[in-house]
Amino acid sequence: MKEHEFRPTRRGLIFGAGVATLVVAMPTAPLWAAEPIKMAGIYTVPVEQQWVSRIHLAAEAAKAAGAVDYVYTENVANTDYARVMREYCEQGMQLIVGEIFGAEQEAREVCSEYPNVAFLLGSSFPPDEAANPNLAVFDNYVQDASYLSGIIAGAMTKSGNIGMVGGFPIPEVNRLMNAFMAGVRETRPDAKFQVSFIGSWFDPPKAKETAFAMIEAGVDLLYAERFGVSDAAKEKGILAIGNVIDSQADYPDTVVASALWHFEPTLNAAIEAINGGAFKAADYGVYSFMKNGGCSLAPLGTFEGKVPAEVMAKIAEKEAAIKDGSFTVAIDDGEPKSS
Amino acid sequence: MTDLIDILISASFWAAVIRIASPLILATMGELICERAGILNLGIEGIMVVGAFTGWLAVYQGMPLWGGVAVAMAAGMLFGLLHATLTIPFGLSQHVVGLGVTLLATSTSSFAYRLALPEVTSPPKIVPFQPLDVPVFSDIPFLGEVLFTQTAFTWFAFTVAVLVSLVLFRTPLGLAIRAAGENPSAVEAQGLSVTGLRMGAVIVGSGLMAMGGAFLTLSAFSSFFFEMVNGRGWICVALVVFGAWMPGKAALGAILFAAFDALQIRLQQTPLGADLPYQVFLMAPYVLSILALILMSRRAEVPAALMTAYNKGER
Repeated sequence: MKEHEFRPTRRGLIFGAGVATLVVAMPTAPLWAAEPIKMAGIYTVPVEQQWVSRIHLAAEAAKAAGAVDYVYTENVANTDYARVMREYCEQGMQLIVGEIFGAEQEAREVCSEYPNVAFLLGSSFPPDEAANPNLAVFDNYVQDASYLSGIIAGAMTKSGNIGMVGGFPIPEVNRLMNAFMAGVRETRPDAKFQVSFIGSWFDPPKAKETAFAMIEAGVDLLYAERFGVSDAAKEKGILAIGNVIDSQADYPDTVVASALWHFEPTLNAAIEAINGGAFKAADYGVYSFMKNGGCSLAPLGTFEGKVPAEVMAKIAEKEAAIKDGSFTVAIDDGEPKSS
Repeated sequence: MTDLIDILISASFWAAVIRIASPLILATMGELICERAGILNLGIEGIMVVGAFTGWLAVYQGMPLWGGVAVAMAAGMLFGLLHATLTIPFGLSQHVVGLGVTLLATSTSSFAYRLALPEVTSPPKIVPFQPLDVPVFSDIPFLGEVLFTQTAFTWFAFTVAVLVSLVLFRTPLGLAIRAAGENPSAVEAQGLSVTGLRMGAVIVGSGLMAMGGAFLTLSAFSSFFFEMVNGRGWICVALVVFGAWMPGKAALGAILFAAFDALQIRLQQTPLGADLPYQVFLMAPYVLSILALILMSRRAEVPAALMTAYNKGER
């Protein structure tokens, strides 16, 4: 029996010391070095859609970095949204990201049914600490970048007549349009705007027709909120400003600049909160602000050198002011009107 | 008021009308053939999605544009065959089958899209049909701009409307198809196959619907989106009723609807647009079409056997 008596060996000691070191070192290791968070995305549109593509991209990046284990479902009808949420919750997801603009009440009910799951959802309404302590909301508050793109647009338009084609006048669309218009007025105070909504998120032929009609009416620069607008601009050889995604690759001669949304800061904030055990009801909208890295003006690319230098200097100055907090772009969710 | 007149006399307005009307005309002709043979084809919306998707995918994979149109037509005919098999020999409810085909066709398209393009961030583009610049003719003031700045696909759509009208009303085949929708027993008594005629009509009609869908991705735009058909199929079902099951009138109806649509887009940009909510403008084509439908359809003659299954030998 003596041979089996416990006696510390050298190998055992080294191993034990190693484990102890690891345990002690744990809290100082990178935040998501441990288990990746099980995350699910639920989208009402295909992941190609501009807005959702930014979320999808950030999630894929987090997955590649080992921070999350990401799966997603696209094209979910609003009426079906709650069912898909429940399914993912039952599968043991820890974080659910999505958009509940069209399913607010039902989705919030699901959130309260699963208090241990963290929800980070695009929503038009504020978070509700009392009812849903596990639901944080976000939206693309990229008005800072839209404002800067407006400054370029104001400098590039010759007639001062600018056309804007949108899907529906909901806060997220209005906010960006209003910021863009404010930016245009910086460089072109007498600018006139034509605003139209096509009543659909996905009807590029209709968006294109609307843009054609605007060009006929004398517009010489288009704000491309929807797919289809940049195509009309390209066909008629006028300039366009992109929104949320950088579309210059498809329209190298006509898209001057784009206001980009970066979802990464929003997602990373949520991941950090979950890993720290501190995820709670909050408005993550601020993580889309420029000072938090949530939005930026796309590089000029093919238009490098074609935008006057003093305009670019003004943009650099405004960008610095936005980042250090000395200047704030107004958030205006009202429906923009033609002038 | 002067704004309205300015819009109506501008050539670009009428060019837009013809552009918007083209896909509607193709799909309306398809629906009209089906209904003339006695079958209501509510698969139209989904079949248009299939046409938009397959036509675009074929061109994206390197086929010529007209090859894409042919692929779209073939895919539409396949779904037409499904619809026809269920509603004609099996005599199932045309409403249920039609809606079922729409759901199946739409979801099959999105599934196939994801299989074909699993990872894309922005839908890929093709080079679509370009406006045909016919020398001399395109220099005619007004008419030149309206008619001779259109793509070949638009010309094709209007040719199809003329052909459908000729075949239905000037050939024995057309007579037989119309009879199958009016009095199938009489067709049977002539020794013709009602099942064959009806199935042929639904399959060919579905092919036309799919080409209407393909117009959206190959001429009106250059990439495919899941929801881009956006209810145009349902409008075509209404246009058939509007046209009192006559191809010429139905094509006119499509042009009228397109005119209302092109008009509301332009009116939104007049000073009126700043005063009225935009929803009023978006609603206008539909409201005006309903009013026109009330006026036009008073003397319409519905095919007598529309939506009645025909079982050989049954009384």
